[in-house]
Amino acid sequence: MSSLLALQVGESIQDIQLEPVSRMDLIKYSGASGDFNPIHTIDDEAKKAGLPGIIAHGMWTMGNLAKLFTSYYEEGFVQDYSIRFKGMVFLNDVVTLKATLKEKQEQLLRFTVQAVNQQGNEVLKGEVVYRQY
Amino acid sequence: MFKEQIGKQSSKVKNVVERGAVKKFAEAIGDLHPIYFDEDTGRLSKYKANIAPPTFPRTFDYGDIVGLNLPAKGLIHGEQTFHYERPLIVGEEVFCYSKVKNYFEKKGNFGEMGFLVIESFGDDQAGNNIFSSTSTVVISEAVRKVLVK
Repeated sequence: MSSLLALQVGESIQDIQLEPVSRMDLIKYSGASGDFNPIHTIDDEAKKAGLPGIIAHGMWTMGNLAKLFTSYYEEGFVQDYSIRFKGMVFLNDVVTLKATLKEKQEQLLRFTVQAVNQQGNEVLKGEVVYRQY
Repeated sequence: MFKEQIGKQSSKVKNVVERGAVKKFAEAIGDLHPIYFDEDTGRLSKYKANIAPPTFPRTFDYGDIVGLNLPAKGLIHGEQTFHYERPLIVGEEVFCYSKVKNYFEKKGNFGEMGFLVIESFGDDQAGNNIFSSTSTVVISEAVRKVLVK
């Protein structure tokens, strides 16, 4: 898809499937974001918190999902981005990012967005309102 | 315990949308598009500059809300929103602050859960808003008990 303009209600932006989540992904995100909560990087800390293992930052997944829209920067920008975190993302999970156009109102494109894991379970879902210039 | 904090806010803190920080952040979310770091791509774009990814405000310093003591561990990030008037421009100064928007408790599967809603803002030098965001943090009963001690 070269332009969001061509997208019809009900159609989706091309899904993006991420590489399996690695510890280095989460170490990098900790450093880049400043969120050093150890449940994202250190096994013992995750276990102490009652988790089976380290989990991805919700914001890592939310940050990743926004890239569905990045290449359209000449057409507009993400005006609103709202997410509810629904499930945890563990090491080696394969996350797929999705966005479907739900509504068009003048310059605003309202998308339903979600990230699902390899079992098809939603790990986050929400909405992007894209404002076109 | 958090109810009394509703309405409290931090003082504005000056942040800079740092070129290196934006590139590192874009890399960490696997979104290394040239619009975020390549100067020529930025210059030739409608922004005449590089921009930052929508979730980049996660990296900003919003100052401390006096009296709000959140535990370093045991919090669950439940919801997150961002609202933009325009994209953030690499190199610009952004004046950031946060306030306690709401706090309420609900019975859930894991006992009485607390929901703390923090609203954050980023303004330009003239005081015009660039973005706002809300984070809903879930605090379990067990964690709240530790806090009271």
